[in-house]
Amino acid sequence: MRRTTRPPDRLSAALWAAGMAAFAFIYLPLVVVIIYAFHDSPIIAWPLQLGTLRWFTALAHDRGMIAAAIASLKLALLAVAIALLVGVPGAFVLDRHQFPGKTAFRRLVLLPLILPGIITGVALLSFFSFVKLSLSSGFPWVPGWPVVLGHAAALTSVVITQVFARLQRLDRAQEEASQDLYANEWRTFWNVTFPNIRTAVLGAGLLVFTLSLDEIAVTFFLIGRQNTLPLQIWGLLRRGITPEVNAAATVIFAISVGVIVIWARLLREDEPAR
Amino acid sequence: MDDITLDIHPGEFLTLLGASGSGKTTTLRMIAGFEQPTTGEILMDGASVTTLPPFKRDVNTVFQHYALFPHMSVRENVGYGLRMKKVPAPEREERVTRALAMVRLEELGTRSPRQLSGGQQQRVALARALINRPRLLLLDEPLGALDLKLRKEMQLELKHLQAQLGITFVYVTHDQEEALTMSDRIVLMRQGRIEQIGSPRELYDRPLSRYVADFIGETNLLSGTVAESGPHPVVLQYQDIRLSGWGDAPLPVGSAAWLSVRPEAVEIGSAPETGSANLLEGRIIEAVYVGSLLRVHVLLPGERRFVVHAPAGTSVKIGASTQISWKPERGRCGAE
Amino acid sequence: MAPSRQRSVLDLIRARPGLQTFLAAAVPVGFVATLLLIPYVLLLVQSFWRLQGGFITHEFTLENYRRLFGTDLYPNTILFSAGIALRVTLFSLLLAYPLAYLLAFKVKRHRNLMYMAVIIPLWVSYLVRAYAWKIILGQEGILNGLLQAGGLIHQPLAFLLYSRWAVILALTHIYTPFTLMPIYAVLEAMPPALKEASQDLYANRWQTFLRVVLPLSLPGVLAGSTFAFVLSMGDFLAPQLLGGNDSALMVSNLVWSLFGVAYNWPLGAAVSVIVLALTLFLLWLANKLESRSNYGGEVEGRTAGQVIATTRGGK
Repeated sequence: MRRTTRPPDRLSAALWAAGMAAFAFIYLPLVVVIIYAFHDSPIIAWPLQLGTLRWFTALAHDRGMIAAAIASLKLALLAVAIALLVGVPGAFVLDRHQFPGKTAFRRLVLLPLILPGIITGVALLSFFSFVKLSLSSGFPWVPGWPVVLGHAAALTSVVITQVFARLQRLDRAQEEASQDLYANEWRTFWNVTFPNIRTAVLGAGLLVFTLSLDEIAVTFFLIGRQNTLPLQIWGLLRRGITPEVNAAATVIFAISVGVIVIWARLLREDEPAR
Repeated sequence: MDDITLDIHPGEFLTLLGASGSGKTTTLRMIAGFEQPTTGEILMDGASVTTLPPFKRDVNTVFQHYALFPHMSVRENVGYGLRMKKVPAPEREERVTRALAMVRLEELGTRSPRQLSGGQQQRVALARALINRPRLLLLDEPLGALDLKLRKEMQLELKHLQAQLGITFVYVTHDQEEALTMSDRIVLMRQGRIEQIGSPRELYDRPLSRYVADFIGETNLLSGTVAESGPHPVVLQYQDIRLSGWGDAPLPVGSAAWLSVRPEAVEIGSAPETGSANLLEGRIIEAVYVGSLLRVHVLLPGERRFVVHAPAGTSVKIGASTQISWKPERGRCGAE
Repeated sequence: MAPSRQRSVLDLIRARPGLQTFLAAAVPVGFVATLLLIPYVLLLVQSFWRLQGGFITHEFTLENYRRLFGTDLYPNTILFSAGIALRVTLFSLLLAYPLAYLLAFKVKRHRNLMYMAVIIPLWVSYLVRAYAWKIILGQEGILNGLLQAGGLIHQPLAFLLYSRWAVILALTHIYTPFTLMPIYAVLEAMPPALKEASQDLYANRWQTFLRVVLPLSLPGVLAGSTFAFVLSMGDFLAPQLLGGNDSALMVSNLVWSLFGVAYNWPLGAAVSVIVLALTLFLLWLANKLESRSNYGGEVEGRTAGQVIATTRGGK
C-alpha cells in the first residue's frame, strides 16, 4: 500500500528553508576554518588557494603550541580524576540521602555551569589569592594546583548531573535483589550498581575532559607560568591571525568529532533495548 | 504499620492479602530485611534476625518487576546467589542448569533478560531465588504484570511448585481470588493491622468482620440491630423484618451488626419450604447472563441491592416483584 | 538459642543512617563548599572592601557600589551588554526553533544522527568558532571577497568586523545550538496525539502550532533563551576578538580589566556580584514564569535552571 504524503506547500517550504538556513549558519563558519587550514598563503584572504599542508607542519614544529597542548592534557586528566572522585559520590549522595542543605548543595554545584565563566574565574582567583596558594604551585608536574582545582570545581557538576540522572533511572529493586542473594553492600555496588552506571561515568569523564580542554574563562585567571592550548591560541589570535591557527582549529575539530562518536556509542549502550 | 503479630508455619503457602496501603508489602520487606520495624522483632526458628542485613538472611525474594540484572545473562542472573556464597563454578553451573530446567527455560540461558517476555522473566526471577534453597521464599505480587490467562496458569504452577519443594512461601497480593486459589492460609491486612488469619475456606465462610466479608469473594451485606443475643442464631432487626444468621460470639442486644450472605446461598422465587428461612420481598431490577449462571439484582426495602445467583435457564422478569430467601446458617453476622 | 553476634564497625555504620549520610557526603559536600561556596562568598565579601595604596584593605565599605551606581558608565555597560545579549537571544530563537521543529517532527529517518550533527559544533572549541568569524568578516575576508566578486560593493566593508554586530553574529552562531537543545527536548517529548487532536477539531497547521505546540513548548523556549541570554551577557572572548572599540562597553571586559590591568579587585568583585545577582534573578524569573504559565510546567520534570545546567553539562 502506498504511503500517502501531503504535497509540499508554502508553509512546509518556509519551515524547511528556515531550518536549513539555521543549519548552514551553525556549520559554515567551521567549514570555512577547515578549508583555510589548507590555504596556501600566509594571508587569510579571498580568493582561496587550496592544497597545502604547510600549516600543519608548522603546527607540529611549534614548540610553544606543543608545550601548551601537553599542559592542557595534564590539566584535563587531573580535572577528570578529581571531578570523578568528587562527583560520583556526590551523585549518590543526592540520589539516596537527605541532609540539611541538600537543596543548597544541589544548586551551588550547578552555578559554575550557569554563570558566565568569568565570574567563577575571578571568584576562584580571589580565593586562591586569599589562601595564598601560588598559581604556579605544583609546577612543572602540574600546570598549577589552582587551575587544576578550579577546573575540577567548575566541572564536578557535570559528573554529578550525568551520574545522578543515570542513578534515577536505575531500578533500586536490582540492588535489593543482589542483597537478597547474599551480596553485601560493596559487592552489590561492584556487581550490580556500577555496571549499570559505568557508561554514565565514562561519558561524564569524557565530557569533563573535552570541557576542560576548551576552557578559557576560568583558566585565564588561574593559569600560572605555562599556557594551556586555548590560551596559547588566543595569544596568537590577539596578535593577528596566523594561518597556523586554522590548522590547530582543524585538528581540534577532528578530535572533537572523534570524542563525540565515542560518546554517542556509549550513549547507545545506555539505552534500554525495550 | 500499626501492630502485627504473625506466625508463619514451615512448609505452608501463606498469602498476605490487602488493598494498597494495607501494609502487606511493608511486612514482606521487613521479613526480607529491606525495612526495619520501629519496635518488635522478627524471629526465624527462634533466633532474632531483626538487625540482620538482607544478605545475611536465609530468605530470598521474587520482586514485583523481577529486578533481573540487565547486564548479565540469564544464567549469570540465576547463579548470582550461588556465586556470592562462593559455590565452586562446576557445581554452580550444574545447579543453574537444573534450576532453569525446573522453570522450563533450559534453552534461554545465554540470553539477556531484555530479550525475554514478561512470563519468561518472571520464571527467571523465580529460578534465581529458588536455586539458593532458602528457608523462606517471599513473592511480591509477582504475577501482576502478566495477562489473565498466563496469570492463572502461573498461579497453579506456583502452588504445585511450593507443594513439591516444601519451601515456605510468603506471597503478597491484592487479588483476593488469587489468594483463595493458592494459599494454605491467608492474612487479610488493612491499614497496617491484621484483620483476620485463616484458611481460604475460613475467611470465605466465616468472616469475622464486615471488612473481611466484603473483601473476600462477592457478598450481600445488610446492617441492622441485634434483637436477640446468641451466636447461633443471631437475630437481627432489619427495617421491619427479623432475620437470623450465625455469628462467632454472642452480640449484645440493641447493638449494631452486619449480616453477610453470599449470592450463591440466596434463592429467588416463591417461598421456600422451611419456615425458618430468612425471607425478603423485593423487585428485580437487572439480570446479567454470565454463561454459567444468571446474576439477578434485586432491590430490597431500604434501598438495598441483593445479588442472587440463579441457574442460567431461570426466567426472570425485570421489574417484577419477587421473594428471596436463604437459610440462616448460610448468613454470617458480626458486630459493626 | 542463637549466640550473640559480634558487632563490627560495618554493623555500627549500618545501624546509623545519619552516620552513613555523613560519610557519603563528606567528600563531595566538603569539596564543593571549599572550592565553590567559599570563593563565591569571598567575592561578595571582597566587593565590600577597597583598594588603598595598592593594597586591598579588609574593612567594610560601600564605596564600590556607590561608584558603580554613581556614574553612568557602569550601569550603561550593563545595559549595553544586556542589549547585546537580548539580540543574541532573539536571533538564536529565530534560528533554533524552526530547526528544532524540523528535527522533532519532520525528520523521520536518522533523526538521532541529524540531532548529533547539530550538536557537534558545540563540542568544537569555542575559540575556533568565534575566531572563524574573523576570517569571514575581515576586510580581506570571505564575505567582503564574495560581495566584491559579486559586484555588490567596490570596497571592502570595514564595519563588519570589530563592531557589535560581529559580536552579535558570532555569539548567535555559538549559542544557537544551546538554545536548540531544550526546545528540541520539549518538542520531541510532545505526544503526537495532541497535534492530531487539534487538527481533528478543525484547526489548520498554523493554528495548531500557535495554540497547541508553541504554548506547550514554552518551558523549553524559556530555558533556551535564559541560557543564551545569561551566557552571552557574560561572554568575554567574542567581544575581545571581534568587538573592537565596542568591546570596552561590555560588562565582562570591565571585570576582566579590573581584575587584570586596572588591578582593582574589590571594584571588579562588585561588578561580578551584580552580574551574579542579575543572573540568579533571571533564573528565578524564568522558573516563576514557567510555573505561572498554564501550559506544562517543566521540561522533563526539571526547572529552567536545571535544564540549562544539564544541557551544558550533558551537551
